[in-house]
Amino acid sequence: MWILFFLSGIAGGILGGMGMGGGTLLIPILTVFLAVPQKTAQCINLLSFIPMSVIALYLHVKNGLVEKHNLLYTLLPALFLAVGASFLAVFSPPELLRKLFGGFLIALALFGIVTGFLQEKVGGR
Amino acid sequence: MKNTAQLKDAKYKIESKPKRSLRKFFLSLGGAAIGFINGYFGAGGGMLAVPLLKHASKLSIKQAHATAIAVILPLSVVSSIVYVKSGAFDSNIFSPVLIGTIIGGVIGALLLNVLQNKIISTIFYLVMLIAGVRLMI
Repeated sequence: MWILFFLSGIAGGILGGMGMGGGTLLIPILTVFLAVPQKTAQCINLLSFIPMSVIALYLHVKNGLVEKHNLLYTLLPALFLAVGASFLAVFSPPELLRKLFGGFLIALALFGIVTGFLQEKVGGR
Repeated sequence: MKNTAQLKDAKYKIESKPKRSLRKFFLSLGGAAIGFINGYFGAGGGMLAVPLLKHASKLSIKQAHATAIAVILPLSVVSSIVYVKSGAFDSNIFSPVLIGTIIGGVIGALLLNVLQNKIISTIFYLVMLIAGVRLMI
């Protein structure tokens, strides 16, 4: 089992490293193929993000890529809602959370595909 | 001699006040959405944060990615605390996933140019779509 969890991490890590949102596939890999409970998979994904992003953020700040202006306008509401949403999630019935997560993935995928095609039409970035 | 921070602020100050307020409103609204999604689903914050920052703050792709991490990291920490305290943590699963994620992350960062590839992106989204459908039925 260890090797399977390890490979899931590799898959999620590669996608995350490429900036494609690794966690959004790590969680279904864990829940669908490795029978991990939904909340546990979400918890693990949140924690796994932290070490890499600390390093990445340090490098980005050093390179001056982080835009601090107006950052708090985004961050502060986000923090409040994150706490509330996390409580909501842990108290949600697991089946509901799983189904909603599925819907979330579908929405993200459609959004991603549509914006991808729109970019092509407009002529790239 | 103005430093770069002052020059960056100047970029925004040239705009009208209503426009600056609108920008702050959208950032706050977007921030709330990012926080909620990342907290409720334990993922996905980045996929919302990057477009938000790119369009609302007029950042380049690299800046948007970097600033998104500055937002998502504290969110993930805070959400993790709630999840762990509720008993959702499993060390047997976490250790291998963490190690894999770090190694994978390094590989992914080296493959960053692949992000530009539309075929890879489309495959990624199709897989996501299939996974989503599987979870719902």
